[in-house]
Amino acid sequence: MRSRVFGNRVGRIEDPPLLTGRGRFIDDIRLPRLAHAAFVRSPHGHAAILTIDKSQALATPGVIAVYTAADFAPHLRQDRLIVGLPSPAYRQDVNRPVLARDEVVHVGEPVAIVVAENRYLAEDGAAMVNVDYEILPAVADARASLVKGSPTVHRNALHNLLAEFDVAYGDVAAAFSAAPHTFRETLWQHRGGGHSIECRGAVAQYDAMEDRLTLWSSTQTPHTAMRLLSDVLGWDDTRVRVVTPDVGGGFGPKLIFYPEDVAIPLAALLLGRPVKWIEDRREHFTGSTQERDQFWDIEIAVDEQARILGVRGRLIHEHGAYTARGANLPYESAQTVTLPYEVPAYALNVKLALTNKVPVTPVRGAGQPQGAFAMERLLDRVARELKLDRAEVRRRNLIAAQRMPCAKPLRSRGGMQVVLDSGDYPKCQQMVLDAIGWRDFKSRQAAARAANVYIGVGLANFVKGTGRGPFEPVAVRIGASGTIHIHSGAAAMGQSTKTMLAQIVAAQLGGTIDKIKVTTGDTAGIAMGIGGFNSRQAVMAGSSAHLAAVALREKVLAVAAKLLDVSADGLEIEGGSVQLRARPKTAIALGELARAMGGTPGFTLPGGMAPGLEVSEAFLRDEMAFANGAAAVEVEVDAETGAVEIRKFIIAHDCGRMINPVIVEGQIVGGVVHGIGNALFEWMGFDGQCQPVTTTFADYLLVTSTEAPSIDVLHMESPSPINPLGVKGVGECGVMPVAPAIMSAIEDALSPFAVKIARTPVTPAELAGAIQAARREKRVGPAL
Amino acid sequence: MKPPPFSYHDPRTVDDAVGLLNRLENAKLLAGGQSLMPMLNMRYVLPDHVIDLNKVEALSFLRETDGVLEVGAMTRQRDIEFSDAVKARFPLIHEAILNVGHRQTRNRGTVGGSLCHLDPSAELVTMAAAHDATVTVVGPNGKRDIPFAEFPVAFMTTALELNELLTAVRFPRWPTGHGYGFVEFARRHGDFAIASAAALLEEDANGKIKRASLTLGGVGVLPVRMREVEKALVGQTASEDLFRQLCEECRKVDAIEDVHAPASYRQHLAAVLSRRALVSAHGRVGRA
Amino acid sequence: MSEKRTIAVTINGKRYQEEVEVRFTLADFMRQQLGLTGTHLGCEHGVCGACTILLDGRSARSCLMLAVQADGHEILTVEGIAPSAEKMHPLQEAFRDNHGLQCGFCTPGMLTTLIEFLRDNPDPTEQEVRIAISGNLCRCTGYQGIVAAALDAAQRLKAAKEAP
Repeated sequence: MRSRVFGNRVGRIEDPPLLTGRGRFIDDIRLPRLAHAAFVRSPHGHAAILTIDKSQALATPGVIAVYTAADFAPHLRQDRLIVGLPSPAYRQDVNRPVLARDEVVHVGEPVAIVVAENRYLAEDGAAMVNVDYEILPAVADARASLVKGSPTVHRNALHNLLAEFDVAYGDVAAAFSAAPHTFRETLWQHRGGGHSIECRGAVAQYDAMEDRLTLWSSTQTPHTAMRLLSDVLGWDDTRVRVVTPDVGGGFGPKLIFYPEDVAIPLAALLLGRPVKWIEDRREHFTGSTQERDQFWDIEIAVDEQARILGVRGRLIHEHGAYTARGANLPYESAQTVTLPYEVPAYALNVKLALTNKVPVTPVRGAGQPQGAFAMERLLDRVARELKLDRAEVRRRNLIAAQRMPCAKPLRSRGGMQVVLDSGDYPKCQQMVLDAIGWRDFKSRQAAARAANVYIGVGLANFVKGTGRGPFEPVAVRIGASGTIHIHSGAAAMGQSTKTMLAQIVAAQLGGTIDKIKVTTGDTAGIAMGIGGFNSRQAVMAGSSAHLAAVALREKVLAVAAKLLDVSADGLEIEGGSVQLRARPKTAIALGELARAMGGTPGFTLPGGMAPGLEVSEAFLRDEMAFANGAAAVEVEVDAETGAVEIRKFIIAHDCGRMINPVIVEGQIVGGVVHGIGNALFEWMGFDGQCQPVTTTFADYLLVTSTEAPSIDVLHMESPSPINPLGVKGVGECGVMPVAPAIMSAIEDALSPFAVKIARTPVTPAELAGAIQAARREKRVGPAL
Repeated sequence: MKPPPFSYHDPRTVDDAVGLLNRLENAKLLAGGQSLMPMLNMRYVLPDHVIDLNKVEALSFLRETDGVLEVGAMTRQRDIEFSDAVKARFPLIHEAILNVGHRQTRNRGTVGGSLCHLDPSAELVTMAAAHDATVTVVGPNGKRDIPFAEFPVAFMTTALELNELLTAVRFPRWPTGHGYGFVEFARRHGDFAIASAAALLEEDANGKIKRASLTLGGVGVLPVRMREVEKALVGQTASEDLFRQLCEECRKVDAIEDVHAPASYRQHLAAVLSRRALVSAHGRVGRA
Repeated sequence: MSEKRTIAVTINGKRYQEEVEVRFTLADFMRQQLGLTGTHLGCEHGVCGACTILLDGRSARSCLMLAVQADGHEILTVEGIAPSAEKMHPLQEAFRDNHGLQCGFCTPGMLTTLIEFLRDNPDPTEQEVRIAISGNLCRCTGYQGIVAAALDAAQRLKAAKEAP
């Protein structure tokens, strides 16, 4: 394979328009007679809707229409969005309506849509819609929601258990009863929202001439959106087109199909005008999906040498009020726990609990960071109890490189056996230990403590399933102008999908990406697609692009050989034409080849080959490719204020072959900083009545440039044997080891105070409180 | 998140502005916009009238007269930040202003706007309290001065009448060689302070404290001058141990409880930060 | 009550005279009325910085200004940073070469903020750059590429100044 483009840094295709203010994001779309929508949303966590009075809203200047569930019902074939990934574990169905009809079950649930001449007027109108609610009991805590006698999140439901399943293998009972040491941890893991800087948005237009409804959507899954919208409207999917414009970040919440994604097209249909809705940040806090709480009660059994004999426990996962994606999140969490380590027996009981809050669906990492956190905290506990070095405990249990590919007695949610395809986990750990100076740290720490400075180091490993199958189609076509067109069902949201695909194709078809045009996220451009999530596009779309480009290259050379009357062996593709290597002046332009293969009436196509210069591929792979890595972090904790400063952050990661190392590094660093947010800053808070209490960026803290450390990224490449490029996904990997590594480091820094951390995020206030308590009880350190 | 409908007024003089305030009901003054505009965008306030002060040039000035820094209400925070006079002779204010938001907010935010908004953790509010500033206020009945100690009356509520306009604030300076220290704890750079402490010290040649000012910001709903601690400091020889001991008093301040921090943590920070501010101030005594 | 005013404002060197509703924010006026969609809205409460423009050379959040307040002033948006349609500004080139953007949504605000910063601080340290952009949120990059781009741009601008 040509290596000039693949594996190198190239300027991104995406950059020039984005740098000069010529991006085309959803809110940049302007159409004639465009109307604007605002939603009336539930202010209550749980309430019955008694009446909705639109009259004052309709009388508000500039308001064109107000629609409720009753208005939409005659035009919907399904009154619920049935979007959940299949699972045998469901105990009940809680599918969302388009607009709430007689019950609201979370703050932010859409109740009515107001359409006006501009957003200002639409909001004026929305403020005048009078909804009469009868407040019902709201369930705020996932643990309490499962207790018998708890009020129900949905008033007509019998209970709040959405799903339950067990992930298990081996004989845990035997492992634990025979174990010389068992340790138990109770963990509360909170993750927060996606908070791409661009919120969601939808623009819909029905074109009577084409008899087609077009939905522009800031979505990560355009083909799924098309299919679901067609289902809900009862339309043939050829009459529905979904297009993603430039997307300003996804991170998970934009992969979901939302009520608004139906309401906006319906409003456009009923009004006979295009309609735009742009989510504002407050709506993103209350109406966009997010991850929230997991409560873990988990134990580890080890032998005298700290080798793991078994892990078992219970997980209660907060699901929110509706199924907006499925039961996949805690399944991934459960799966991820044992991945990097030899764990002979494992059993985790998982319960998904409903609460009266906005639904829980994947945010970068999709449940997997929580599994890693649980395991890494257990290993730190083992080290502390057995008085062993934390790295040594891990070294003794990490799956060795010689074991690859390593089959784990686990199954993915689709039923495939989990096989760790490649990787050298102990080597990655050693890389970060060396880079952070793990061995000599204790003496530095002691010197610092003598000066009342508290520094600590932490370590965490991770293995992450990437490249979710089954496929992502790519079509590569050479046009008459010589431009190489790539179409894919892949969805771009900042992770350089277009450049990635262009690089892979350019490696086969001529070496530079400037004559390549990539179209992603348009259901009219390619018939099938799955979308961007689960760090899958380099693997799935990349592999398809590669296979298509390889096949197309073969055809191009064969056609050129025929037309130039030479052997194909002596030809190469360079700078837009096929040339004879020995005599480059003998050449034929790609465009000319395309024209030749376009046919002339009455004339035979060259070489008796199939028409056109286009190849479509949908590389099929059900098994996931497992990326891995390790992180080591040094922190300094202010023992008086509890403030945590990250002084060094080192991450080693292995995502197989790197298509573009600079892009890979950008993904890792971005993921790490998101992880730092999860560890130290991001908390999506609700009160006892399920009212969100953090609804602005002043209350919900995203990491800024002054809190983000410089991050050292070390690379390893263990090619994956299960796809033609040898790649693994990388988009979410940076998040994986961050929270456990930071907690490990904080505990290390504060070990004189015996501070233990069993939650994420952890705040300075909590740390200061723990230190104060330790000082009082043990009179440790200078009195404050 | 778009503003509700309102009528817009842009007076050119203080008299015009006061006249509008006197005449119009349910009016809000627009200064730098960094606090009012978010509230308008979120429709937390629904004024019928917005009176934009940005064209009242007479309100924008920064001058030093006889050891008093006089700042017009519409003076931008960035002008304080880049003023040589402030840096040289009101160094506590210079140190504090670097913690106010970010470059973009300081470019627009005003001194008067911050003082009238009276956010409990606003650094300029803490400065005014620390310096025993005086605010000048103009109403339909003329001008009056209010000592800053009397200016905040309740949570984000000033002593201004509905038809009065804050026009200027005066900061008396501390003598050359005074010590100053501003220490803030915020979750992120530029965030509102969870707690802050501002210290000013005057010492004699032997390190004996002649005068002290210690103000807590962000801890209570209003800035707190720790007058008991100040009194106890005077006459004592400055030392970290002395500060540590006396600052325990700060733990008793009535503290805010919110999503960012429990009250007990703010009280704890009050003790820690006030000590650090005093240490910093003491370390700077004597340096011209 | 849709009260309007006529304002005259120069944006990226071009003078506009427009009637605008008094409650329209500057950001919405530029984006919706003038079609200058390069400036983005990420939060509308003054934290994310995506809407940052230069007003008379000074960075400001355009979501926190009313359009009428721009009357008589000069504004620079991201669309005005490149010297021509064919050539990018050294800051933009530095972003391109240092992977200083991924989704590109925060980028306009980052660029305008850094135009002001590098003009006033031509030789910054990394920490100074981080403080300069601390009022601009990015969810994609983790800031590392942006910081590298800013430091690189400082060097490029210095070299351009010193070039004969």
